Amino acid sequence: MGSTISRYALFGLALAMTAGVAANAVADEKKNWGAYQVEDRRSGYTYAAPETQAMQDDNFQNPGMLWAEIGEELWNKVDGKAGKSCASCHNDPESMKGVAVSYPKYVAEKKNLENLEQRINRCRTDNMKAKEWKYESKELLGMTVFVRHQSLGMPVNVKVDGEAAPYFEKGKAFYNERRGQLDMACKHCHEDFPGMRLRANVLSEGQGNGFPVYRLKWNGVGSLHRRFRGCNKQVRSTPYGYGSDEYLALELYVMWRGRGLPVETPAVRN
Amino acid sequence: MSDVKPRVRIPKSAKKGDVVEIKSLIEHKMETGQRKGKDGKKIPRKIINRFECKFNGNLVFASDWHPAVSAYPYLAFHFRAEESGEFEFKWIEDGGAEYTKKAKLKVS
Repeated sequence: MGSTISRYALFGLALAMTAGVAANAVADEKKNWGAYQVEDRRSGYTYAAPETQAMQDDNFQNPGMLWAEIGEELWNKVDGKAGKSCASCHNDPESMKGVAVSYPKYVAEKKNLENLEQRINRCRTDNMKAKEWKYESKELLGMTVFVRHQSLGMPVNVKVDGEAAPYFEKGKAFYNERRGQLDMACKHCHEDFPGMRLRANVLSEGQGNGFPVYRLKWNGVGSLHRRFRGCNKQVRSTPYGYGSDEYLALELYVMWRGRGLPVETPAVRN
Repeated sequence: MSDVKPRVRIPKSAKKGDVVEIKSLIEHKMETGQRKGKDGKKIPRKIINRFECKFNGNLVFASDWHPAVSAYPYLAFHFRAEESGEFEFKWIEDGGAEYTKKAKLKVS
């Protein structure tokens, strides 16, 4: 019996060696990714190296959790003329559970989309009478990570019909529109070639469920809009501003592409 | 993120003879000395260059670090618990600054 198994193993090995890359690709397709895959949509986690995945899996090892700690400290910190902290209205941070999954969303008073960063800042200016935090500041990133982290593991569920529909269409058009000197659209990497290599990098599906992420390249945490800017620069187009209407619409579309994928904030990526 | 904050995670208690995992992480930018600032001048190297762990005053683990070690360096190692005592972790930075953290282990 033992010899039969080893003969099969040898046969399998030889097959894998002759088939080379193709065999690996097939094995990869069949792998069970559990919660990290919904239908044909796979989180960036499934494209990450095993070492990177291990970093994310261990809360102690995950450097993104340092930002969550910043957010946790700020949660109870009184700021602004109204003399309030986040906790004054929202009590425990657990009250934020499930909140982040529906962002970005249409807000009637603004007559525009709003993402979580902007929602936090609106809370600061309107309710706390405090100053806005700057995009990509450690405070805003920390709080965004902290609030999104409360929804850890919950499926992304953005609303794309009704009033959000025109923004969704705009985001979709952005996603499929060629841009920059390289004349590439988002779809050319993230829809057509996920899993393939672009030089040394493995292309992912460009899902937003883990953002804000700790990126090893950045040595720190960054927002989805920072990633958009990086992508835009890589195809040599002029990036849009943080929190711009273009990126808000794109964020909505990207989140819809990853509908059902679990919130992983703070995820770790290369 | 300028504050350097060391963190350690060890099990609170262990049975005699058990091998326990000691995890450590320090908030540190690990400036390599290779980067240039906006003025075109090199940013001087400032990294943690040595990590030491003592248990009841005896050195049980030490390692020298070099510029290729990532920011927010994480280090884990194993330790056989023989007696109760106190760990003393020490991170030594370029320029001689030291960051320490203590943690107790109860062995039954």
